Amino acid sequence: MGLIQKIVTWARIKSPWVIHFNTGACNACDIEVIAALTPRFDLERFGVQLKGSPRHADVMVVSGPVTRQSRDRLKRVYDQLAEPKFVVAVGTCACSGGVFQGCYNVEGGIDMAIPVNAYIPGCAARPEAIIDGVVKLLSSLDPKPAALPAPVAEPVEKVDVPA
Amino acid sequence: MSKITIPIGPQHPALKEPASFKITLNGEEIYSMDMRLGYNHRGIEKACEERSFIQGLYLIERICGICSHSHSTAYIQALEELAGLQVPKRGLYIRTLIAELERIHSHLLWLGVAAHEVGFDTLLMYTWRDRELVMDHLAEIGGNRVNYAVNTMGGVRRDLTPDEIAHILKDVDTLEERTKYYAQVATEETTLVARLSKIGYLSQTDAEFLGAVGPTARACGVDRDVRRDDPYAAYGDVQFKVCVDHHGDVYGRVLVRVGELMESYSIIRQLMKNMPDGPIAVKSPRRIAAGEVYSRYEAPRGEDCHYVKSNGTDKPERVKIRAPTLANWRAVRKMIEGNYLADAPIIIAAIDPCFSCTDRAIELVRPAGAETLTWGALRQHGIDWHRKQGLDFAELNKKLNTQLGRVK
Repeated sequence: MGLIQKIVTWARIKSPWVIHFNTGACNACDIEVIAALTPRFDLERFGVQLKGSPRHADVMVVSGPVTRQSRDRLKRVYDQLAEPKFVVAVGTCACSGGVFQGCYNVEGGIDMAIPVNAYIPGCAARPEAIIDGVVKLLSSLDPKPAALPAPVAEPVEKVDVPA
Repeated sequence: MSKITIPIGPQHPALKEPASFKITLNGEEIYSMDMRLGYNHRGIEKACEERSFIQGLYLIERICGICSHSHSTAYIQALEELAGLQVPKRGLYIRTLIAELERIHSHLLWLGVAAHEVGFDTLLMYTWRDRELVMDHLAEIGGNRVNYAVNTMGGVRRDLTPDEIAHILKDVDTLEERTKYYAQVATEETTLVARLSKIGYLSQTDAEFLGAVGPTARACGVDRDVRRDDPYAAYGDVQFKVCVDHHGDVYGRVLVRVGELMESYSIIRQLMKNMPDGPIAVKSPRRIAAGEVYSRYEAPRGEDCHYVKSNGTDKPERVKIRAPTLANWRAVRKMIEGNYLADAPIIIAAIDPCFSCTDRAIELVRPAGAETLTWGALRQHGIDWHRKQGLDFAELNKKLNTQLGRVK
């Protein structure tokens, strides 16, 4: 790995900018994502910043089951992210469809529409779990094991939530 | 000047949830707004019909993560009335306590989001820090920060220990002090007052005519609150004031919500002081007698209505939900007209919109099969259908117009 690439990877790990997209969630995971960014949990200490435009973001945080109407929008927003891009599915619904499995307007989890790098289960996923998931995703980008993970290799193992 | 149309959403920095707005501009001024909902539509009403009553309760709770207790209480009240269950006093008190804690967390959340929409992120960080105190208590009582699942048929699932009561009272004091500070910021901070005053104005007549509910209506001078007008749970036992304001703009909505926070603290203190002893729930049957019930509940965003029809089995035949945000959309269209585009995010945020509560889809199934209708055809179909049932909305509208003194 050349020096420039090393610097780029270092910068990427130290300041991942995220965009949040709700594909049909009940709001619970959304407010927990915002709570993770506010003073009690303060995700910003890892350099994470919430951005408004997908073109500025490295990581897409998606919550909610994919509804029929939001699926195409989700794909379009995903396409607008610059490479390399990562997707974090927050909450049980985003992981698998959750309680809404089988509803006529719900397609299922996020991975029905786009590749996912990290799954954070929970209804709603606690801010601690979200932080842990994001940090695990970032540490998997560490250049020591040479290559970046291919999208949808394996779900990140289940997150331990501190009591 | 020629008009231009700007699409906002479904993914937009000012929106926390997906919804699509089409704003037509005349220069910098908003000429009209159209919206497209349905990105969050999951089909919960239909799904409830395929689940037993108690399974449906947990699904209903996930209509909205912010007012989950509101929906589950409105639903469970309907079921308890159908089944003829008498909930023990202590159960009702705990239910009311959770409802008020939820109102506090929802209003603090809104205050932060509203401040964020006008670029005052410091207040967002402050209110969200204080909100964590409430979240701790909800987690302590219910076992989960967001979907607490406290309600069950015939009462509540979790009891309070004296320790928890003492903790809650202590934190209510802290929160009250903080809220006083926010009230001071909201009324004395000149930039904030200037930014929020006179935008998104809605007159009292329009608020009544367009069917606005909750703090949106109360900020226009409509004195209406289900907790006082049609007391449920333990609201008949507590004294509180309904916060009404006559500003009619976004500033008024801030004042109403801050006032409601102070009332919530007082309600919680009264509940804690008079908390009766005894059981928290009664045993409930699996099957519920046939019948239909309409249940009302004052959610943080306004009146939440649930209609449940049972046919005597262990599953409901029909569940219909009218969430408060749905009632407020027409008011938003009215209040956004004539404002500047830069004010659109705060005007939309001022009703505390909750898209996940609101989104619905309509499909008409006729003997010949399903068909998709245009908006006009759907409207005509609705009018014809109601006329067949003996309900003429043209007549009712005329009556309402005469009552409100809007005769043309």
